Amino acid sequence: MKILVPVKRVIDYNVKPRIKGDQTGVDLSNVKMSMNPFDEIAVEEAARLKEAGKADEVVVVSIGEQKAQETLRTGLAMGADRGILIVTEQMPEPLAVAKILAKVTEEESPDLVILGKQAIDDDSNQTGQMLAALLGWSQGTFASKVEPGEEGVNVTREIDGGLETLKLTTPAIITTDLRLNEPRYASLPNIMKAKKKPIDEKTAADLGVDVAPRLETLKVTEPPKREAGEMVPDVDTLVAKLKEMGVAA
Amino acid sequence: MTTLVLADHDNKELGSATLSAITAAKKLGGDVHVLVAGEGSQAVADAAAKVDGVAKVLHADDAAYGHALAENVAPLIEGLMDGYDALVAPATTTGKNILPRVAAKMDIQQISEIIAVNDDGSFDRPTYAGNAIATVKTSDAKKVITVRATGFDKAATEGGSASVEAVSGPGDSGKSSFVSAQVAESERPELTSASVIVSGGRALQSGENFEKYIEPLADKLGAAIGASRAAVDAGYVPNDYQVGQTGKIVAPEVYIAIGISGAIQHLAGMKDSKTIIAINKDEDAPIFQVADYGLVADLYEAVPELTSKL
Ligand SMILES: Cc1cc2nc3c(=O)[nH]c(=O)nc-3n(C[C@H](O)[C@H](O)[C@H](O)COP(=O)(O)OP(=O)(O)OC[C@H]3O[C@@H](n4cnc5c(N)ncnc54)[C@H](O)[C@@H]3O)c2cc1C
Ligand SMILES: Nc1ncnc2c1ncn2[C@@H]1O[C@H](COP(=O)(O)O)[C@@H](O)[C@H]1O
Repeated sequence: MKILVPVKRVIDYNVKPRIKGDQTGVDLSNVKMSMNPFDEIAVEEAARLKEAGKADEVVVVSIGEQKAQETLRTGLAMGADRGILIVTEQMPEPLAVAKILAKVTEEESPDLVILGKQAIDDDSNQTGQMLAALLGWSQGTFASKVEPGEEGVNVTREIDGGLETLKLTTPAIITTDLRLNEPRYASLPNIMKAKKKPIDEKTAADLGVDVAPRLETLKVTEPPKREAGEMVPDVDTLVAKLKEMGVAA
Repeated sequence: MTTLVLADHDNKELGSATLSAITAAKKLGGDVHVLVAGEGSQAVADAAAKVDGVAKVLHADDAAYGHALAENVAPLIEGLMDGYDALVAPATTTGKNILPRVAAKMDIQQISEIIAVNDDGSFDRPTYAGNAIATVKTSDAKKVITVRATGFDKAATEGGSASVEAVSGPGDSGKSSFVSAQVAESERPELTSASVIVSGGRALQSGENFEKYIEPLADKLGAAIGASRAAVDAGYVPNDYQVGQTGKIVAPEVYIAIGISGAIQHLAGMKDSKTIIAINKDEDAPIFQVADYGLVADLYEAVPELTSKL
């Protein structure tokens, strides 16, 4: 079994984003960038399936500027075998990303594509579902358990009411949720080894995908700021406040 | 201009997030139709027909739609979209699962989790865990939109008298099937529609402590129970309790955060609550920067005292 894992380079989840003065977006200059946390979970899952002998090759792919190389290296250090970088000037929207990934999938013919459920910068939560649509594949989104079987794969999903398990035909698209696994930290020897693993580079144009955006961002603004209120000295004051608000008798 | 709203439901009741999606759909202008795709879901279709502002209900009742499998529901919607200019769904796990699948097939860039429809036809949507509100306009001929329920009032559940029309689609794709579900039945109000929420974090240390400290307080206040990611990851409470950027987005009258530090990913899910109360033993905890009332205390003393005095 071959697994393809798309990984996105995003602002590190510990950094508080700052809006540019001209309201055109978030200032990413000199900001720590990392692999999208859900994609780390995806790479980890693929690496574990390989270690368990259920997969024989794990390929990571990233779309974006040249620096997305670093994100691919992280994936390689976590256990992926090789990387594919699709260079674009701007970060494409999810539909364009899905179209690029559909081309890569056609070339690579994986049995599973494991994506993150959501990129923590655009918070779109679309790409996996779109890729499944374009390929006509089954989809197991927001996965907290992935169990490949003789035929197909069982996926347990985190849904609003709790959990549900679906049986999918393969090839399939899976998107990860937080409880699927705890991603490893790459060890130093593995980081060194990753430097020698191959990364193939292409452009979106090579793949013949139009990445022109469909959405125009008119402005990006800060949400209304919430002012800190008062510190209450004791539980009695809190009780009085709750009574004032009418939530306690 | 006619908009189709995909109803969120459990085959018995219309999910309340659908009512917010209907309000957003009305703001697009033109007629609003609702699609109820399910199995044995007549009561949902009837309820949708009574919602104020709904002109028509399309009802697809078939075993293939009973579990809202994206592989089956997406082609059904695609087949209906010729007559519509926009497709809207609440940003529930079902809406998020199905809508991008329809959008991609129609070559449309979806607009996720809008919180406002502006007069110039643009939409506001939170990005970066709610730290950046993007105002976007689409050049696509049709729109596919998911709606964050906290951004829109709920449409009234009475006042409408829409017709209900049966529709059908390609049915079972054969690509996926339902195996099982673990859905807890609870007497408590539902997290995303509760007016009071008591949430616990890592500081609770165990599921037993959630039962011992959080539940009695929630009982006293008739509140729903929420949690931080740390509490869910540690297994103190089920995954569907998680409030935050990648969990549930809530905006109750009162949100009480107990032993939660206030990471940006948590704040993203609750900072639009009307009143925020925080109990934390660390006076520098970031949660106090958004709290209307903060109490610096050990929860194991403060919470039982609070519960007993209410
Ligand atoms: C991709 C991604 C997505 C995420 N999504 C979410 C999300 O949706 N929701 C979410 O909540 N988090 C999310 N997180 C996690 C988030 O970054 C934080 O790690 C998490 O919110 C921390 O949970 P916590 O506040 O319970 O724990 P901690 O940060 O460990 O805080 C515990 C708090 O309890 C206090 N405390 C300890 N003992 C006591 C006591 N006896 N009495 C009173 N106070 C006490 C401490 O002072 C501390 O402030 C996400 C992270 C990532 C990377
Ligand atoms: N530029 C990209 N390069 C590689 N993978 C991506 C990219 N954008 C999105 N993805 C994948 O799609 C998932 C969901 O992203 P989104 O739909 O943007 O929230 C991410 O977790 C990644 O796995």
